[in-house]
Amino acid sequence: MTATLAVEGLKVAIGAANVLRGVSLALQPGEVRGLVGESGAGKSMLGRAVLGLLPANATIISGHIAFEGRDLLDMRETERRGLLGRRIALIPQDPMTSLNPVKRVGAQIGSLLRHHLGLSKRAALTRATELLTEVAIREPDRVLSLYPHEISGGMRQRVLIAMAFACDPGLVIADEPTTALDVTVQRQVLQLVERLRRRHGSAVLFVTHDLGVVAKICRSMTVLHAGRVLEEGQTADVLARPRHPYTRALLAATPRADRPAEALRPVPPALIEQLWSEAHRLDQPAIAGPA
Amino acid sequence: MSDILLRTSDLSFGYPQRNGLFRKPALREVIKRVDLAVPRGSVLGLVGESGSGKTTLGRLLVRLLQPTSGGIQFDDVEIGQLDEAELRPLRTRIQMIFQDPQSSLNPRLRLGTTLTRPLGVHGRLRGQRDQRERAAALLDLVGLPPDCADRYPHELSGGQRQRAGIARALALEPDFIVADEIVSGLDVSTQAHILLLLKELRARLGLTMVFISHDLSVVRVLCDDVAILHHGEVVEYGAVARVFGAPQHAYTQQLLAAIPLPDIEPGWLDDAPPAVTSQQQGSAA
Repeated sequence: MTATLAVEGLKVAIGAANVLRGVSLALQPGEVRGLVGESGAGKSMLGRAVLGLLPANATIISGHIAFEGRDLLDMRETERRGLLGRRIALIPQDPMTSLNPVKRVGAQIGSLLRHHLGLSKRAALTRATELLTEVAIREPDRVLSLYPHEISGGMRQRVLIAMAFACDPGLVIADEPTTALDVTVQRQVLQLVERLRRRHGSAVLFVTHDLGVVAKICRSMTVLHAGRVLEEGQTADVLARPRHPYTRALLAATPRADRPAEALRPVPPALIEQLWSEAHRLDQPAIAGPA
Repeated sequence: MSDILLRTSDLSFGYPQRNGLFRKPALREVIKRVDLAVPRGSVLGLVGESGSGKTTLGRLLVRLLQPTSGGIQFDDVEIGQLDEAELRPLRTRIQMIFQDPQSSLNPRLRLGTTLTRPLGVHGRLRGQRDQRERAAALLDLVGLPPDCADRYPHELSGGQRQRAGIARALALEPDFIVADEIVSGLDVSTQAHILLLLKELRARLGLTMVFISHDLSVVRVLCDDVAILHHGEVVEYGAVARVFGAPQHAYTQQLLAAIPLPDIEPGWLDDAPPAVTSQQQGSAA
C-alpha cells in the first residue's frame, strides 16, 4: 500500500537558521497522526513544507516529500498547485484571519468548488449548503449569505473545516485548529474533524502542542523538538510508556484537571539545553569528525 | 482584622445599551450579583469561557472599573464607589498582572526602569543606586538574572517576559494581586515553571491572589478555591478539591468533561456534536 504522505530526511532552513534537521515521517491512508511540539519545534514548518507554502526566505536543503507515491518537490509548480485545496487541504490555526473579510461565506466556498470540481454556480451553491449541514450548522443558507465577521469563532472554524473536506482530500493538514477555541467548542470541533475524516476517508496530520488533543483524536504521534523527531509510535504506547526523556518531561509538566498540584514537574532546563546542543551538533558539517 | 482580605457582595456591572434614539438606555448586565470571599493568603481561581465576564470581574476587583451596584470590601473598607483620589493609597496594595506581557511592558524602556517606575511614582526611590539595587532584587525574586535589568522586553523569551510582568506587579509589595490569564500563551515547559514560581512567591510573601483562567487544569495546580463563571454569574464556588472531585452544576460538569486529558479515552469523540445555530454570533473574544 502506498503511503498517503512520506517525508524523508527533510532539512529546511530559514535564512541561515535550520528549522527542520532531517525529519522523516509517514502517514498511511486514513491515518490520523499527531505532530507534537512546543514553539520553535518546526511542527508548523513541516506542515507548510508539505503544502508548498514555506516562507519566501526558506530553503529546502535536502530530503523528499511524497504524496500518494509522487514526489512533490520534483513536481511542476502548476501540477502541485492543482493538488492544493483538492487532494491536500489545510485547516488553518486562526479562523479569524483565514477567511476573506470582504467576501460572503457562500462566495468563498462557491469559488473553491467551482475552481476544483468545475461545478456550475448553481451546483456549487447546493453543494455548499450540504457542506455546511455536514458540519452541523443550522440554517446553512443564512450563514452562506453572511460575512465572516458576522459569525462566531467556533462557526468560522466549522466553515474552514467544511472547506478543507469539500473535495474529498487524501490528506488534511490541521495546523493547531482548536488552539484559539474554548474547551467546549474545541470538543465539538474535534468531534467534527473525526466524523468528516471518516466519511471522506482522508488522512490527517494534526499539528498541536496539546498532548490531550493528541490523546483524543490521533491514533499515532510524532514528537518534534528543534526540528528533530525525538519519538514516534502509537499514541496509546507513547503516552503510557514514553521512551524519550523529553516526552516524559512534557507529560510530567502538563497540568491535569484530575490530579492534585503536587504531580506537576517542570521540564528540567538542562534537558532542553542538552537537546538544543544535540540539534546544533547536527548542523556541523560531517567532515568535522568526532568532537 | 478579619481573615477575609477581599469580599464582594451582590457585585454587578453593566454597560449602558441604547435600543433606539429616544429610549432610555438600558443596562446590559455582564456581571450579575457576584458574592466572593477571598481569605488572606489564599488563591481564588476565576474560571470561565470567552464572554463569561471573568476579565471584567477581575477589573472590578482592582477597581479599574466601577460597579453599577453591590459592594467590594478590601481589608474591611468599602471601595466599590471610591473615586480615583480616594483609591490612590490602595493602588500600592492592589496590583494586576496582565495576560500579554509583550503589550504591558513598555518596549522602549529597559527592564530595570520599567520594574522600578512604580516605586518612583509612589515616591519610594532614593537615587540611582537604590533603583539599581531594587531592580536586581526584583529580578532575583522571579528567578531572572541581574543583567536583565539592562535589556529591552523584545530581547527576552516569552517566559522571561511573563516573569518580568510578575516582578513589576510585586515592586510595590502589594497584599493582593489579580492575575489575568498569565500562563495562557506559554509552552507547557515554560508554563509549569511560572506556576511553580507563583506558588513559591505566594508562600514566601504571603500573597493573596485571584487567578483568572479559561484553563481548569492550571487552576487546579495553583488555587485553593475556584469560582466558575457563566454568562456573568457564579454558577459554582468552592474548594478546588470539592469542585473538581464532585462538580454540582451542569455547566461545571460540561467544562470538566470537555478537557482533553492526555489519556486514551475511547468514546470521547463519539457523541454527536450539538449543532450551533446561526443565532450564536459574535461571542468569540
